[in-house]
Amino acid sequence: MKVLVLISNVPDTTTKIRFTGDNTAFDESGVQWIINPWDELALTRAVELKEAGSVQSITVANVGTKATEATLRKALAVGADDAIRVDTEANDAFAVATQLAAIAKDYDLILAGIEASDYNGAAVGGMLAELLDFNSVSAVSGLQIEGDTLQVNRDIDGGSQLLSMSTPAVAIVQKGITKEPRIPAMRGIMMARKKPLNVVAPVGADDRTSFVNFELPPAKAACKMIDEENAKEIITLLHEEAKVI
Amino acid sequence: MYKPPDYLLVDELLSEEHKIIRSAVRDWVDRSVKPIIENAAQNHEFPIHLIKEMGSIGAFGPYIPQKYGGAGMDQVAYGIIMTELERGDSAIRSAASVQSSLVMYPIYAFGDEAQRMKYLPKLASGEWVGAFGLTEPNHGSDPGSMLTRFEDKGDHYLLNGSKMWITNSPIADVSVVWAKDETGVVRGLLVEKGMAGLSAPETKNKWSLRASLTGELVFDNVQVPKDNLLPNVKGLKGPLKCLNSARYGIAWGAIGAAMDCYDVALRYAMERKQFDKPIASFQLQQKKLAEFLTEITKAQLLAWRVGMLRNENRATPAQISMAKRNNVNMALQIARESRQILGAMGITGDFPMMRHMMNLESVITYEGTHDIHLLITGFDVTGISAFG
Ligand SMILES: Cc1cc2nc3c(=O)[nH]c(=O)nc-3n(C[C@H](O)[C@H](O)[C@H](O)COP(=O)(O)OP(=O)(O)OC[C@H]3O[C@@H](n4cnc5c(N)ncnc54)[C@H](O)[C@@H]3O)c2cc1C
Repeated sequence: MKVLVLISNVPDTTTKIRFTGDNTAFDESGVQWIINPWDELALTRAVELKEAGSVQSITVANVGTKATEATLRKALAVGADDAIRVDTEANDAFAVATQLAAIAKDYDLILAGIEASDYNGAAVGGMLAELLDFNSVSAVSGLQIEGDTLQVNRDIDGGSQLLSMSTPAVAIVQKGITKEPRIPAMRGIMMARKKPLNVVAPVGADDRTSFVNFELPPAKAACKMIDEENAKEIITLLHEEAKVI
Repeated sequence: MYKPPDYLLVDELLSEEHKIIRSAVRDWVDRSVKPIIENAAQNHEFPIHLIKEMGSIGAFGPYIPQKYGGAGMDQVAYGIIMTELERGDSAIRSAASVQSSLVMYPIYAFGDEAQRMKYLPKLASGEWVGAFGLTEPNHGSDPGSMLTRFEDKGDHYLLNGSKMWITNSPIADVSVVWAKDETGVVRGLLVEKGMAGLSAPETKNKWSLRASLTGELVFDNVQVPKDNLLPNVKGLKGPLKCLNSARYGIAWGAIGAAMDCYDVALRYAMERKQFDKPIASFQLQQKKLAEFLTEITKAQLLAWRVGMLRNENRATPAQISMAKRNNVNMALQIARESRQILGAMGITGDFPMMRHMMNLESVITYEGTHDIHLLITGFDVTGISAFG
């Protein structure tokens, strides 16, 4: 089975978020970039399945500029065999899905993270399945491969589902798909140097959305400390000041 | 979340690959070292399971060629790994220093092909633990006067003597032991666990490197097969070359301990209020923080430059001595001073300062004491030896 793992390049989760251009663009200065945490889990699961012998090859793909290549190299170090970068800015979920559809036709299984930790759009995986006319399943928290069939666990309200599905398919994965993201070993990092990272030209695709304005959440108000003995005061404050009870 | 300082944008001197290496080892330290290290140190226990984990991430012998189980990386990569490990704890970095620079390096540099193939892959993966026996009870700074000796008995060597302060000796599968032959020339022998006449009692009650194993190596008529002699080095330059590699790694490692202390102290100073203000607003505390940052920055540049010289095989032992001496002392001073910024909290195991501080008392003594490195620089400057 040939697997494609989608890799979004996102700011480190501890980044202090700032905006420029009168709050119309994200300020990238000083930002450390990482593999989107859900994509990292998807990649880790793909590597585990390859080690178990049920996956033949793993390709990672990203839509982005040259700046995202360090993130793809890290994905290669973790264990992907080759990488594809579609050479264009990734601004919009539909445009990204359209770019990916142009390179993803020949894979049996596509793994996407349930969302990317930057804009939390949670749209690319589903759109890609639709554009390719592949089977698709979301909220995947467990994945096994038996021959050409996928055994998929899905978290649903109050329980979990076990599905069996045929390929080609897009699986949109979330936490639980593996225990923790794989840390690349030093040898893997050196081997990643020699693995192919192919840059492909974008197809025509228009952005369907544009950013109008960003706002930071309001600063946290100062915390009021109340003595643990003083339950009455907290009730008065919740009632009269916060007006929530 | 740990935010290491990088005041002079030293990151720009690193390659993308170096940064991937750093993030990998940092993630591993956060996942596997940080959560357990305080207890291990308090309980005076070496977290032995970390040996295999370090092997699997590739922290052992990163600059050894891939053919022998290493990663074939450059010297800066080795340094970066050491910095990240020592942010966790000097004990963990010590285990990696010994395995990489004091055991794998001499087998690679001075061993024959059969010895390389027999030992290096197992040491790289962490399946085997190595130790390095140079120091003796009565010969520390002056290893040239060592008493441990071996005689040629025709089909084997007979080894007698003892070594002290040997990291990981109680669990070592193989020890690189430096001993004199019948003509008084220092040679390296590979002594394996289980050889008759070898014992390795643990040295207990340390207040420093409590999460590291230290012990003796006692040789009572140990018969060592002739194949276990390192063929390609004679004299004290053998162990000294190993020490060069390890000292270089320590120059980087100490920065990790210092950065950990700085990061914690800065955060604490911004949050802790006295006299209605964060203590970071007082000049005396700012002086400390500003000096820490200055010293860390200088240490980063020193380590990086020596690394680049080592990549070109141009770093001299005296340059490495300067970097080891300066950077370890820098880290020790920062650990002590940053502990004070935390007041009483600083003496508890909830913060890393006391642990780093106590560890660094060993680091400033082993691999050449603070004084001895100064004498090395003095000799380099004047051409006059002031050692003996
Ligand atoms: C935790 C730990 C782990 C260690 N691990 C290892 C290991 O794995 N393998 C190994 O071989 N060794 C190891 N060592 C030993 C270490 O390398 C020695 O302790 C070190 O070389 C100093 O030797 P010493 O302790 O005998 O001190 P000494 O040499 O006795 O020195 C005592 C003091 O005298 C000073 N001094 C000595 N000579 C001079 C001089 N000429 N001029 C001025 N001052 C001088 C020194 O600077 C020092 O302050 C370890 C030590 C420790 C603490």
